[in-house]
Amino acid sequence: MDSLAGKKPAVVWALNISVLALVLLWLFPTMGLFVSSFRTSEQITSSGWWASLFPAEQTLQLRALDPDDFRIETSAGVFVVEGNINERDADPLEITTWGTSSRDPAAFVAGETSDLGDGETMTLSPDGTYIWQGNDDQMSGRGQRLFVVATVPPEFTTDNYKNILFSPTNSENMAKAFFNTLTVVIPSTIIPILIAAFAAYALAWMDFPGRALLVAAVVGLLVVPLQLALIPLLQLHNAIGIGKGYLGVWMAHTGFGLPLAIYLLRNYMVGLPRDIIENARVDGATEFQIFTKIILPLSFPALASFAIFQFLWTWNDLLVALVFLIDSSGNTTVMTKQIVELLGTRGGDWEVLATSAFISIAVPLAVFFMMQRYLVRGLLAGSVK
Amino acid sequence: MHPALLGVITIVIGVSGCVGYFYGANLLLDKVIFPARGPNMGRNINRREMIRPWIFLFPAMLGLGLYLAYPVFATLRLSFLERGAGDVYTFVGFKNYVQMFAEDKFMEALRNNILWLVVVPAASTAFGLLTAQLTDRLRWGNFAKSVVFMPMAISFVGAAVIFKLIYEARPEDVAQIGVLNHLYLTFGGDAPQQWLTIPFWNNFFLMAVLIWIQTGFAMVILSAALRGIPEETIEAAVIDGANPFQIFFRIKVPQIMSTIVVVWTTITIATLKVFDIVFAMTNGQWETQVLANYMYTKMFVARDWGMGSASAMIIMLLVMPILVWNVYNARKEMR
Repeated sequence: MDSLAGKKPAVVWALNISVLALVLLWLFPTMGLFVSSFRTSEQITSSGWWASLFPAEQTLQLRALDPDDFRIETSAGVFVVEGNINERDADPLEITTWGTSSRDPAAFVAGETSDLGDGETMTLSPDGTYIWQGNDDQMSGRGQRLFVVATVPPEFTTDNYKNILFSPTNSENMAKAFFNTLTVVIPSTIIPILIAAFAAYALAWMDFPGRALLVAAVVGLLVVPLQLALIPLLQLHNAIGIGKGYLGVWMAHTGFGLPLAIYLLRNYMVGLPRDIIENARVDGATEFQIFTKIILPLSFPALASFAIFQFLWTWNDLLVALVFLIDSSGNTTVMTKQIVELLGTRGGDWEVLATSAFISIAVPLAVFFMMQRYLVRGLLAGSVK
Repeated sequence: MHPALLGVITIVIGVSGCVGYFYGANLLLDKVIFPARGPNMGRNINRREMIRPWIFLFPAMLGLGLYLAYPVFATLRLSFLERGAGDVYTFVGFKNYVQMFAEDKFMEALRNNILWLVVVPAASTAFGLLTAQLTDRLRWGNFAKSVVFMPMAISFVGAAVIFKLIYEARPEDVAQIGVLNHLYLTFGGDAPQQWLTIPFWNNFFLMAVLIWIQTGFAMVILSAALRGIPEETIEAAVIDGANPFQIFFRIKVPQIMSTIVVVWTTITIATLKVFDIVFAMTNGQWETQVLANYMYTKMFVARDWGMGSASAMIIMLLVMPILVWNVYNARKEMR
């Protein structure tokens, strides 16, 4: 039964609008980062990112042509410089107001003439042409400054990404950290799946004393905060000579991922039909064959769920990398660590921060949207029974 | 060696090692130690089926034991020790704990953590339930859910950058690029605020980040639970003349109460361990310290392993009730 059926249209409208508001509220923060990563630093500091999506009034500082080269003597002692401020720009500006001082950039409407004193005048037309007139003394040196308030269409650039991903001279290049993160993530995702799948099968379909106790232990370990593991394991890694490095971080991620992996896979495997497994046993298949030929292929959805969890968790991790991987040389830094550092050193440079953060977010987001179905399924298997 | 190459080699060694171990151990068991032939065939088959589960379990148990179970006890031990000169540890009893409780920064962390534990699970679950209910019968509900679920994929550090942009404050005479200050000034605020430096309230600005991330999780699970409610109960309520609010609060919510508890406790655990958000946004300054970050500071900045371990044990202590409750439920279900 549809509980909406027969409701007043007003209620349906209210429902749609409130969900829309919720969606926009949840999207807004990420949009801010995304849009900012395509703006130059001047754009970011001159207006909020939400304003950049629409044509905006902006104050631009321009300069008339150099009078020493371009002035024309119209009559004795009267010089004129004519030109068009649009000549330098590809898109013609729509000028609304203008001025000759930074204090009041909106002093004149387009087409008006400004009196600069002692007979010196400046006229700026809406199409960008200007006539600047004065005597020999006034018409020398540098060109007159013009402050123009114009409507500027939205403008975006990919320069930030070029700079941060592909510029070899940039010390804040993310490419290295990106590959380091990838190096951490892939083994940390694959190895626990294998180990956990065997254990989950034993816990789901093999009969042995102590099985219930082990399942309970896994459930318990599921919530043990990994904060407790930091010091003892670092001591252990130092003692057996691994120290800080990739091997240590792979092992740590494997260990920390195991409870969830075993729990998810066991829950899924328990639900597989008993007949298939018993028939195979009767037909003389060994447990190893049953596992590799029947259980593993059938458990693909659960394996995929866990793989996504582990991928997201290891990709987004900061703490484990800080403790087990990143040494003082900084060669093994991961993206999350590099972004935290940027927050400290480049706190106000949003073009760098937004772009770096978005690079690190982009991969998990892509995985999320492609594999959402498995993620949802895994979440449901992990917490609802 | 290039780390990427090392990674590939590790994958190959790790995967083939795992497969080789399982395959080899099974083969050894079946063909060499207890072959299914000869005079002791029956006994051999029984014995090997007794041993096989442990072959399957061994690597996982080693991993769990070494990386999760052992550290709990090792940390407990460390929390009673003090590291003296030349790495000599001496037993000091509860000194670390006493010292810790006397520290203002620790009490602040404890207070903030409790505040987080009250606010974040409640707000995330409430928002999640609201979203799940509102999008339930909506034609574009799945799209709406995707959007609310999306922050789950974003790292805490990424989310910290996202929200720092929202809270950004710029001098009064230039354009505000943080949306919160923009709104604040638009609606009559006098001057741009440094939101993250206002004691007490800044905690809530940090919590907003976690609520934003966790709401999607709550929504997905509660949405599935709402779908699972038998239609008859709702139909009966409609026929009896219940209004939508009564249906929601009196019929639906009680039926999914156990799921709400699961969601609540899961988010509670995530909240207890929150580290990255505080580390990246304030690093515990301006009275925003939380236990996990306090512990990190003690362990890796002050290098005081005794007190670091003691504060880790406090986190463990707070997790304990949920751990016991989960194990109890799992045991009940196994029977």
